[in-house]
Amino acid sequence: MDRLNIGGRTGLLTALVVITLVIPVVILYFYLGLISISTDMDGVVPEGFTLEHWMEIIDGEIPIAGATLYKYPNIYLVALNTFILAVLVAGLEVVISSLAGYSLSRFRFRGRSAILTLILILHAFPGITLLIALFFVLNQLGLYNSLIGVVLVKVALDLPLGIWIMKGFFDGVSWDMEMSALVDGCTRLGAWWRVVMPNVRNGLMAVLIFGFLSGWAEFIYAQTFIADQRFWTFSMLVYAFTTGEYSYINPGITAAIALLYMIPVILFFLFAQKYLLRIQLIGKGGA
Amino acid sequence: MSGDSLWQREITFEDIQRVFSTLKKGVIHLLRGLLSPLKKVIDKFGYKLAIYLFIVPSMGFITIFYIIPFILTFLIGFTSMDFTFEWNWIGVQNFIRILNDRFAPKIMNNTLFYVFTTLTLFNVGMALVVSIVTNHIPDYIGSVVRGIWLLPRITPSTVYALLWLWAARGDNTALLNWFLGLMGIPPQNWILDNPWVIVIIVNGFVGTSFGMIVFTAALKSIPEDYYRAAKVDGASTLDIIRYVELPMIKWPLLFVTAYQTLSLLTSFEYILILTDGGPGLYTTEVWSLYSYHVAFRAYGGVTEIGYGAALATVLVVIGIIMSLIYWRVFKFREMMVEPKIEV
Repeated sequence: MDRLNIGGRTGLLTALVVITLVIPVVILYFYLGLISISTDMDGVVPEGFTLEHWMEIIDGEIPIAGATLYKYPNIYLVALNTFILAVLVAGLEVVISSLAGYSLSRFRFRGRSAILTLILILHAFPGITLLIALFFVLNQLGLYNSLIGVVLVKVALDLPLGIWIMKGFFDGVSWDMEMSALVDGCTRLGAWWRVVMPNVRNGLMAVLIFGFLSGWAEFIYAQTFIADQRFWTFSMLVYAFTTGEYSYINPGITAAIALLYMIPVILFFLFAQKYLLRIQLIGKGGA
Repeated sequence: MSGDSLWQREITFEDIQRVFSTLKKGVIHLLRGLLSPLKKVIDKFGYKLAIYLFIVPSMGFITIFYIIPFILTFLIGFTSMDFTFEWNWIGVQNFIRILNDRFAPKIMNNTLFYVFTTLTLFNVGMALVVSIVTNHIPDYIGSVVRGIWLLPRITPSTVYALLWLWAARGDNTALLNWFLGLMGIPPQNWILDNPWVIVIIVNGFVGTSFGMIVFTAALKSIPEDYYRAAKVDGASTLDIIRYVELPMIKWPLLFVTAYQTLSLLTSFEYILILTDGGPGLYTTEVWSLYSYHVAFRAYGGVTEIGYGAALATVLVVIGIIMSLIYWRVFKFREMMVEPKIEV
């Protein structure tokens, strides 16, 4: 429902306002796309089109201008690492937060209220401030310089949000529904699987997508807890292009790699926005 | 009937069925017998057991990766720990050092400036603009605009920062200078000459979406009658914004301000990628980034995890105090209603 059109009936003003609001955000993405297929750019005007940047990375090797000894890790390995990280984070988050969410929503036990308070406070608490201590913990656990270390830290930091989302969804499934399934002869487990779970599917999807994107985009923990190139993820690779001794590579190739990295993000953006909005509403503030 | 006839009779399908059903009953009885002690245990402790099995994984994670690090941050802050991870207790020396650190005042100023400016201009300011404007245009367009403002947040931080590093390059052909050139403004090297502008814009564009979503939800919940009543009274669009919408979203406004202050205070990811605290000496260094640098970057070959932890302790304390305040002020407790169901 449109409340009131700005400036009365004129659609033109609306269009102008919308364009002003949207341009500063979207232009960078067009810029990225153009760079990856252009020979050179003058502002937003490509000087000529080419597919050579994409062809150059098709074998996964990244050429560095002027360096012979240093090598970036193979793009396919980097993609695989990023994917493993994202899938593990998403999977663990869904399982653990739905277990906890279900018990916090359905059972009454001692310490329940304390746990809920803890989860809410942790949800507001900025986990990033614990980075140095987490570094110490991972070293003691022997998980420094491994993907699994980053996965565990990431899961833990996202858990308060995941538990809170799942608890909300479980609260939304009425006990009558579950009860009638029990009366009809379902076991508790059966009722949980056939009645409760289908009703929280949206919540599971939300946590799954959030976890995947959160793992896929993870930068600071990966950068801090992983040293070995074998475990590099896309975020570390792209960061390397912006900093350090061997940062200079062709912008076209950088853009192609950045776009590769963006693929899942773009897909989720186009097809799963309702889940993303839901998460953002209850989610962490971020920067 | 004699036994002979039984054996002489042909075996029928029913016989086979009977044998099978007897066998089945036997097996079931056997299993029941075996399982009954277990069942008794489950009946007695099952409920508790289930609760613990459900809650233990998450509490394990939270203990290892939240509670222990939380305590460790305080403890390490009292040591001169480096990469050998030895606990050399030095009392409050790190904290005295913070007071005497000649860079601390500058970094503190930077932090306050960065948080305040980003918050007012974008996390609250721009968020208000986007949510109010999209509330006044047809909703199918409005939701697209809001969707687009979500992009910076879901774009991986390294890619988003990279895009801005390109756009803000010093030459004439870079995006920012090219656009400004159209308006006759001379080009400049933004990261070197005006790093704060880029740092604030990048963080601000990411931060806008949080407030935007919260405000939009609040605006949408204003009853249609309020708008009609205002229109009947002859209110203009600006009047409606000023006297209907803004007063109605006071509470979300406070919430976003409080919440985003804390996240701006502690996040340093984009600054790390964009300027790494530079150019020059600590030009755009903020407190959280300083703590990171001290602990993980070896200046002169020394990494000072202890001092870094002491610097982080300041943020942890602020963080925990503010989280507790939110919990009280924003009535988090109301969200903790007891379960309606008892199993």
